[in-house]
Amino acid sequence: MSTTSERRVALGNAWTRWFRHGDGLFAAIVALFSVLVVGLVFAVGVVTYLGSAEARAQFGAGFFTALDWNPIETSIQAVTFGAWPAVRGTLLTSLIAVALAAPVGIGIGIYLSELCPRTIRQPLSFMVELLAAIPSVIYGLWGVLVLLPFFTDVLANPIANSLGTVIPALAQPVGTGRGIIAAGMILALMILPTISAITRDVLAVVPNTQREVMLALGATRWEVIWGAVLPYSRAGIVGGIMLGLGRALGETMAAVMIVGNTARISDSWFQPATTAASQIASELTNATSTLHESALIYLALTLFGITLMLNLAARVLVAQLSRGAASSRF
Amino acid sequence: MSLRTGAPPNYARRRIVDQFMRALTVVATAVAVVPLVLILGYVLVVGGSGLSISFFTESYKAPLLGDFSDPTLVDPAAGVPEGGANPEDPFANLDLGELTGGTPAEPTDSYGTPDLSQVTSTGGVLHGIVGTLLVTLVGLLLALPVGLLAGVFLAEYDNNWLATATRFCTDVLSGAPSIVIGVVAYILIVQQTKTFSGLAGSIAIALLMVPTITRTTEEILRLVPQTVREAAMGLGAPTWYTTFTVVIPTALTGIVTGVLLAFARGAGETAPLILTVLGNNTLSVNMLEPIAALPLLTYKFTESPFPTEIQLAWSTSFVLVVLVLFINIALRLATRSRLRGR
Repeated sequence: MSTTSERRVALGNAWTRWFRHGDGLFAAIVALFSVLVVGLVFAVGVVTYLGSAEARAQFGAGFFTALDWNPIETSIQAVTFGAWPAVRGTLLTSLIAVALAAPVGIGIGIYLSELCPRTIRQPLSFMVELLAAIPSVIYGLWGVLVLLPFFTDVLANPIANSLGTVIPALAQPVGTGRGIIAAGMILALMILPTISAITRDVLAVVPNTQREVMLALGATRWEVIWGAVLPYSRAGIVGGIMLGLGRALGETMAAVMIVGNTARISDSWFQPATTAASQIASELTNATSTLHESALIYLALTLFGITLMLNLAARVLVAQLSRGAASSRF
Repeated sequence: MSLRTGAPPNYARRRIVDQFMRALTVVATAVAVVPLVLILGYVLVVGGSGLSISFFTESYKAPLLGDFSDPTLVDPAAGVPEGGANPEDPFANLDLGELTGGTPAEPTDSYGTPDLSQVTSTGGVLHGIVGTLLVTLVGLLLALPVGLLAGVFLAEYDNNWLATATRFCTDVLSGAPSIVIGVVAYILIVQQTKTFSGLAGSIAIALLMVPTITRTTEEILRLVPQTVREAAMGLGAPTWYTTFTVVIPTALTGIVTGVLLAFARGAGETAPLILTVLGNNTLSVNMLEPIAALPLLTYKFTESPFPTEIQLAWSTSFVLVVLVLFINIALRLATRSRLRGR
């Protein structure tokens, strides 16, 4: 008797909990959508992994160091897919971008967080972040029509004629200017907001006591920044640079429009080259064979893997310092 | 040892270093602001100058040599010159000058190539505007429930392994190159259906929108004070009821601006669209076929040899930039008033 009524009460509670109050159901539904988000990431990995099966089976790890990319059979060359031109172009453009953007981005972060007058801090921050909001195709358009002519006249040709006679990487011919250096410059502009915003955020969480101690010792403003603020936030700044690098590695439109899309290795960095992302964008829709398609998907899988690693490492570094405040921004 | 008064001996050098480095940070900021002003300036001035009614009401038209406002050229009957023409050869007396409305296209180089600046295009980008709106809106509809509810989960059911995993996955997804997302949509939709389609583009855009919507929803919901939730629960409301009738309405402005931000980013995405929607020169609303999109038009027109189409590229980016600027400034204003109230 009593057990039955107890069970009925228990059943009633379960019923009430799940369907009348509905909280269990609600939790299950929102959790399901969370699982879906996790599943999306797995789907990206699995789909590119399966799609690249043919190329992985045929080329293996040697894919990345093979020199020739010949999708079309000619009388002198057989069809072969080697990713080194794309790997080299991606690495060079991204490293140029980071080399240019890191010092500038850190400088902006320091200025915004430590030195800038309070009244212009917000508007300036907003303007720098706006750089991140402009669609990448517009960087490409501006790069092709405005930056390239300026770049060839003012930078590339003078450098190639002077330094270029000594350093083969900076040698002539400059041509239209489309190439690794021009693409690196546009990428630098695009990753600037990432680096500067994270630097600003990690500097903002440096405890004031750090600064006060240095000031009490008679340090100048710069000595405070150099001696107390920057060392404290070093890991976070490195994290910001890694996130910027991740963005530069995968950036497509600016690369497609400016790097020149030529899967060839030239001595001069002023010469047209290709990047993994631009090769995928320009060739996947008109791939000549399933192997060609598969090789491009292999590139996509590699890009995904590398950016995943970079993001993971960067977020660990940033989160250590700012406890999520900065990492949630991107 | 006496207390030192006055400046230490190396103070002058230290002051110079201090001022030099501080000046460098100002220069760095200028290095970022100058290109921003240049890019926005070029797009707004050059792009804005090319705007016309037909830009918004016409689709793509092939660029043509000459001025086609002259009716004699549109009507072939009116265009035959009076007399002198050999009846056997109606084109004997027609020269390039007459074909181009009386202004002969002067060869500008030794190869006799006509001056490309005389090529005019009367077309517009209506097809691109319609395509972008369709693809991005459908993408938003797909991404909205996922992003919103996952965001609710993160904000309301914190501190469990699933929340940590979800947060990490949104970071990975927003950090993944958009071209990789395009490749995934290409494999899953374009290869399976054997056709490029607006829908494939929408799915790619949705994948890119999900992390933005999830994280902004979470952040905005976290700004809602815990006491509001407790008050609702104190009245006997279950969590889901509290969420939908109290928490979300309180945070609605913030969520809407976050969704708009995702929309603006989605509208500007180009790389995944190359692999999915492909582009289309005519006005089309069929999501199962290739469709036009504004960023694709900017990309295509940038490579055009005709100045008139390069002008179209600038004007197309004008539309994109105005959309992005408008939404970003709206977001900035909305979140600022929210922070002030906190």
